[in-house]
This record gives sequence, structure tokens and C-alpha cells, in this order.
Amino acid sequence: MTYRVALALVATLAAPAIAQDARKGSITAAAPWSRATSHRASVGAGYLTIRNSGAQPDRLISATSPRAAKVEIHTMSLDDGIMRMRQLPDGLEVPAGGEAALAPGGNHIMLIGLKAPLKEGERIPATLRFARAGTLKVLFTVAGPGASGPDAEHGGHH
Amino acid sequence: MANPRTRGLIRGTALASLLAVGLAIGVTGCSREPETGNSQAAATANPGPGGPFTLVDTKGQTVTDQTLKGKPYAIFFGFTRCPDVCPTTMSRMALLHKRLGSDAEKMNVVFVSVDPEHDKREDIASFLSMFDAPVIGLTGDPAELERMEKSFKVYVERVPLPNGDYTIDHTARILLFDRDGQFVDTMDAKEPETQAVERLRKLIRA
Repeated sequence: MTYRVALALVATLAAPAIAQDARKGSITAAAPWSRATSHRASVGAGYLTIRNSGAQPDRLISATSPRAAKVEIHTMSLDDGIMRMRQLPDGLEVPAGGEAALAPGGNHIMLIGLKAPLKEGERIPATLRFARAGTLKVLFTVAGPGASGPDAEHGGHH
Repeated sequence: MANPRTRGLIRGTALASLLAVGLAIGVTGCSREPETGNSQAAATANPGPGGPFTLVDTKGQTVTDQTLKGKPYAIFFGFTRCPDVCPTTMSRMALLHKRLGSDAEKMNVVFVSVDPEHDKREDIASFLSMFDAPVIGLTGDPAELERMEKSFKVYVERVPLPNGDYTIDHTARILLFDRDGQFVDTMDAKEPETQAVERLRKLIRA
């Protein structure tokens, strides 16, 4: 019963976006997406919304991808017009019954040491590791280089 | 806002004598109040961002504050390994540039790399090729870049990362300069599209 509800929920969430959701236990990785990089780029970013339907908080602690030498969880802030980017060494908390958004202008998954550029339309496999839910395989759908969302064009307007 | 004829005169004077340029800066600086919200209050008290610089574009051609004169320009300081704000801003500039239609060619979009350690001309060319607009990509001697960042009041700090690499904290605002190379205002990628296009049009027609 709950399984069916969950399935239906996942199906509904997945329907409008090209990006595919993934689920493990209480954790849903919704619409993972990325941006195309230039042919000389060595880094790329991954975005998604992580939902936690459980009664306990969870934490995204690390990630890996066969496409990158290393994957880190980063935060970015804009204060008084100055951009600062830092690694989140302890990962990112996903509150119980809540969500953590990784989106342009804020937190992101950083793919470091790209083995090949990310091309628009590609799906980049990655494994997310959560403190409670364990590992979750996701596919980051690559959008345009300046896209603001998984289904956006280059322009970055919604 | 000075009317186009006055501005033409000022420009004529500026072209006639370099000394007069200095004078024109003072005069036009007062008559041209920032029109929109994003300007810094400090800009009226202190000399605005800007100043002489000598850099090279992605083809190796020398570009200076003097060679950019004649067209207004929007300038952004960033680096090619910046995964978020730099692509967001450049794609925003490309979109605005496109929205300007036939006015687009009357202004320049300039990208200055704040990462001379990593960004070679080819890296900058490759980065900019992703965006659908002609952008002048600049780099140069690290000391010269540093001088320019200071005079353009752009904050740049190289920050070592625990993984042995580094990132660069930097000002993510776009600086707008008029055709005489005078600072006008700033904008950022979040400004509503129609408002941003309108401001660029004003800059072009001023």
C-alpha cells in the first residue's frame, strides 16, 4: 500500500522533468541535473532536491561519480556582491520531513577532475551516500551551460 | 541624465585631448546620477571603479581601456573553473545581449579572468564559446590583473581548499561602463530581465 503510494508519488514527481528521480528508504533525490561544460573544463556542478520523508534527519555525506576524479559537496554564498564557494566537509543535512535544495546560487555537488566534458543531453551517473539511507544511485541530466533548472534552456529564465 | 548632444560634445572634447578626459570625468560624473537601484552609494563620494589597463584577448590581441572606448561595455570578472555564478552570469549576459536585438552590436561584453594561474587564453575562449554572444575574454600579466582588479574595485581572493586545490572568492557583479569608459552602474544576474535590458538600452543610447 505505502509502496504503491510511494511509486505513484515518484511517478508524479518524475513526470514533468526530464531528469529522473531516485529513491532509497526515506530519501528521494528529485530531478538531478547538471550544466554542460566547455571542452577544456575540469569541473562541473550537480544540482538536485533531496527530500526526506522519514522521521529522522539524514545527511548527504559524500558522493562519487565515474566521470570525475573526485566529488565534493559545496556551498556558495553571495554577500555584498562577493561570491564565495566552500566545501561542506560534514556534508549537507536533510531535515526529517523536509528537504535540502542543491541549486545554482547555493549548494551544489562539485565534480572535480572531469574525465570528459559534460555534454548537453547526457546523463552523468553518480552515487550519493547518506548517513542513514545509505547509497543512492542518481543520473544527472545535463542541461545548457547557463541553465537555471533541469528543463531550462541556456538563458536561465524561468 | 545629460542629453545626447551634451554627451556628444563631452565625447568630442575627450577625444580632442587626454587632459580634457580628466575634466570630462569630473563634469559628467556629477551630471550622471545612477538611475537604478543597484548602484553603490559610495560611488558618488569616491572615484568610481575603472582606470587604465593593458590585457590580451583570447586571440592574443592587446585590449586596453582606450581600445574599448567608443562603445559602452558590461564587464565581469570571473574564472573558468567557477562552476556556478560565472556560467550563470555569462549566460545571463548572453541572453540580455540577444534581447537587445539590433542594439546588441553597439555594446561590448567583457570577461576578465581572475585566475591567471589556471586560465590560459584557450581556457577562456573555450569557456566563453559556451555562451551565445560575442564576449571579449581577457587575461594578462598577473600583476597587471591585480592592478586592474584594484582600480575596478573588484574583490579577488585566492582561497586554498583542503583538497590541495584552490578556489577564488570574487565580486560577482557586472560593471557597466559608458562609451567614454566611465563607470555608470552595476548589475547582477538576478535583476529582472526587462529591467536589465532597459538599462543596457539606456547605456547604449546615452
